[in-house]
Amino acid sequence: MKKHLSTAYLVLIFGILYIPILTLIFFSFNSENSTAVFGEFSFRWYKELFNSPDTFTALRNTLILAISSATIATVIGTAAAEGIYKMRSKVLKATINSVTNIPMMNPDIVTGMSMMLFFVVVAGILRISYDDMGFVAMLIAHITFCLPYVILSVLPRITEFGDSLSEAALDLGCTPMQAFFKVKLPNIMHGVVSGFVMAFTLSLDDFVISYFVGSSKFQTLPLLIYSMTKKKVTPDMYALSTLIIITIFALLIFSNVRSGREEERRKRKAARK
Amino acid sequence: MKKKRSIMHSIAAAPHIFWAILFIVLPLFIVVFYAFTDESGAFTFDNLASLKNYTKLFGLSLELSVLATFVCFLVGYPLAYIIARAPAKRQKIYIMLLMLPMWTNLLIRTYSIMAILDDGGFLNQLLNTELHIIGTKGAVIFGMVYDFLPYMVLPIYTCISKIDKHMWEAASDLGCNTFQVITKVIFPLSLSGVISGITMVFVPSISTFYISQKLGGGTFELIGDTIERQFVSGALNTGAAISLVMMILILISLGIMNKFSDADEGGIIV
Repeated sequence: MKKHLSTAYLVLIFGILYIPILTLIFFSFNSENSTAVFGEFSFRWYKELFNSPDTFTALRNTLILAISSATIATVIGTAAAEGIYKMRSKVLKATINSVTNIPMMNPDIVTGMSMMLFFVVVAGILRISYDDMGFVAMLIAHITFCLPYVILSVLPRITEFGDSLSEAALDLGCTPMQAFFKVKLPNIMHGVVSGFVMAFTLSLDDFVISYFVGSSKFQTLPLLIYSMTKKKVTPDMYALSTLIIITIFALLIFSNVRSGREEERRKRKAARK
Repeated sequence: MKKKRSIMHSIAAAPHIFWAILFIVLPLFIVVFYAFTDESGAFTFDNLASLKNYTKLFGLSLELSVLATFVCFLVGYPLAYIIARAPAKRQKIYIMLLMLPMWTNLLIRTYSIMAILDDGGFLNQLLNTELHIIGTKGAVIFGMVYDFLPYMVLPIYTCISKIDKHMWEAASDLGCNTFQVITKVIFPLSLSGVISGITMVFVPSISTFYISQKLGGGTFELIGDTIERQFVSGALNTGAAISLVMMILILISLGIMNKFSDADEGGIIV
């Protein structure tokens, strides 16, 4: 009885959670220009999507921005995590941690506002127009809000790994650089990768901060979606979202199957021993 | 060699420290500067004084986001509990199902809700009714709950799944019934997850402007909308003043909440 109750609850909540997404997928195949009345099944909006240069530029911009900001944030963040771990002064450690967490705690709208004002001031000092900073401003903003998440996923791994193996490497004649890259980094790689992935997806998905910091010269997908939803949305946005959802779904299944297989292999290995 | 190592390590955090000062701390000071100056750059209290016109709005934002957070908790806690008690393989699938909607852009999800609930929308077409939902408080709260529910469930789930399985047995051996096990043992142990869940739902709810724009049908204005309107119209000083006040209010409430949780181990998992 209790089991049925919890199953019913799960079905109910997941049902509500997925209705908007399923409707969105459903209407992406609409032959009519409507998100409420269904004509017949067609690929019309997918064709229009592939014929629209705006969407492609925005998609390209979004990917460039996400890859570069996630990469830079991962490099700076991993180095910072190592530095913070080694820091002796507790006060300094705590101060750095709380400053780093500000963009995570602050609402996006405040972070966006503060960065925008910052770039207004910078543009004033450099005597350039705000719009000229387009990509650079966005890149800096995205790195800034990604950094805490990278540090948050790398630092626990470094703490967990401890010092003994790196010290052994140093004693065996590694330079500090070699000890880090050859011994520590491979062992904390899991945290570094998940930090990168998190930064990448945050950047990909960000609307609020980009909306404040961005300018008309560098349009990303969320910004394009926003400007399109200001008017009545045509189902091509739905088609785009459907493609994104399917890609992510495929990736999730792929990574789950792979990690499942690895687990099996490990179990078999353990059994053999 | 010792010396060499310490130099490398003090350099490791340097780019980040530099970055944080330049792009986190300095921009916040600029917000303060803008909040206290007028367009010519002269010192003034006018921006902050003009905030009294927005008291009602702050109240409404607070009301809606507190309600949304509360509903998220009521809906999310049982969900997290059920997921955490499911067999390990199923847990993975449920969590994946919970995260997947988050990968759809928030704008699209919200718009899709609007397209469903709208006056001539899908729901009304389907039921052949003329329900008027968009533009009510309920619609805005529903949007917030829908968009931010995973943020509530995930930290609570992490917390509950970390609780030692023997706790359940011990508690029931000592005479607790299921309800008592949950209220007296499990809930107190998952409190840090609840607190971080509340934070993670409350902050985006109180500062949203897209949800209220779409599901509020233009009849609602929340703090987020006001800041956005100042930004669009170029009234940066007033916008900065409102942002500053909102930031301070949120930091205070976060500080109070952190007092309730002894450790911040619930953490963020996204």
